[in-house]
Amino acid sequence: MSLLDKYDQVAQRHNSLVAAGRDPFDICMDRIISATEAIVDGREIILVGTNNYLGLTFEPGTIEAAVNAIKREGTGTTGSRIANGTYSSHRALEREIADFLGRRSAMVFSTGYQANLGVLAGLAGPKDIILLDADSHASIYDGCRLSGAKLIRFRHNSPADLDKRLTRLEGDTADKLIVVEGIYSMLGDQAPLQEFADVKRRHGAELLVDEAHSLGVFGDRGRGVCESARIEEDVDYVVGTFSKSIGAIGGFGASNHPGFERLRYTSRPYMFTASPSPSSIATALATLGQIKARPELRQQLWDNARSLYKGLTDLGFSICAEASPIIAVKMPNEASAVFMWNSLLEAGVYVNLALPPGTPDGSCLLRCSLSAAHTPQQVSRICEVFEQVLIALKSWQAALSAAD
Amino acid sequence: MQWTADKVQAEVFNLIAPFNPKGAALRPDTDLSADLNMDSVSAMNLVMEIEDRFEIDIPISLLPDMNCLQDLIDTVMTQLNKD
Repeated sequence: MSLLDKYDQVAQRHNSLVAAGRDPFDICMDRIISATEAIVDGREIILVGTNNYLGLTFEPGTIEAAVNAIKREGTGTTGSRIANGTYSSHRALEREIADFLGRRSAMVFSTGYQANLGVLAGLAGPKDIILLDADSHASIYDGCRLSGAKLIRFRHNSPADLDKRLTRLEGDTADKLIVVEGIYSMLGDQAPLQEFADVKRRHGAELLVDEAHSLGVFGDRGRGVCESARIEEDVDYVVGTFSKSIGAIGGFGASNHPGFERLRYTSRPYMFTASPSPSSIATALATLGQIKARPELRQQLWDNARSLYKGLTDLGFSICAEASPIIAVKMPNEASAVFMWNSLLEAGVYVNLALPPGTPDGSCLLRCSLSAAHTPQQVSRICEVFEQVLIALKSWQAALSAAD
Repeated sequence: MQWTADKVQAEVFNLIAPFNPKGAALRPDTDLSADLNMDSVSAMNLVMEIEDRFEIDIPISLLPDMNCLQDLIDTVMTQLNKD
């Protein structure tokens, strides 16, 4: 017996996925050509599964800023802020994020995952209660667990269910934190934030919104769904990542709360890890400037999103939510999803294959994420490839039933 | 409604039906993972159905200790008696 034996069943499932074609969890891009193209197995592929929403990963000015930061500050920070010191660039980025979001203070973390761990485990403790949306990202679940708080899960995007659970908790004097995401990463569906804010106000709880997939994408200034829903005043804490629209790696927490800075010496995921690297900090700083200066990028992104949504809907595909930069195509079962995913890649289109238990309601998804950098021609090509592959799927299914 | 352990067991068995597509036999010692092949997300979704039926909250931090159906029934009884 080995410790790893417990994964036998999962490994078996992984093996059967790989046997059907490529390994969906280990696609190697031999060369990245641009924000929307890469070479995989010697062939040019259109990338539709990158979360590179604003397509800013190859901006010449940003690359120069990152290179200069490495030359100026070195390749790594080699330690944590509390033990080994803060770089002035960390502080500059924190001021910039706070200013961008109109918040009193912001803290940067080394990854988006860690931002959720650090903020959640910093805010809540064993005597507190966290109420989290059932479809929350793994980093939210892990941060909540790390906090030691009592965890109550409410039905996805249901303010009524949250209200019911908070009502049951009336009389419990524990502090309560509600955790939701602006837009959900798998289905691309948006949280009804105004209704959540109403429930929060009624019950005197605090509210945290993770804007990982909505920062730079929603709102007049790109602040996220809190801005577009006009409820920023009701949101006590915002968490976000640099690894999507910001095109770097890292994350942040931001708040107007005067005590928020206390997390710097109480939140273990902030305290006991190396601080973000100079190149990531410089990239995030430069990209925030781009987001402010180029609101047209959001328009391009949304034009592309609506265009792909229409194209796929016209082809008869079932899309899980309204048009958004995340378009999740729902497949009837795992076999057809895996066939489609392999065939799409073979035909030059990379999307994400998402399977249970990593998806809501046991769905098998082909998850597409659009970029402002996609050209209208690329979006048309993506639709053409989906159409071809759908025909191939039907032939494959017909051949299978004939063989039965 | 006054819930007894027997009534809770019967109700929990009913609520499990949609999570038991292969129709495995249900007994108090039926294991959620080994016998019903439930992953962590399914287990959380089942708990949510149970919470709604009995109008209780079962913190998900208790899930690692809920391995078999009897554990679920015991947790429901504990939470019911708290209210």
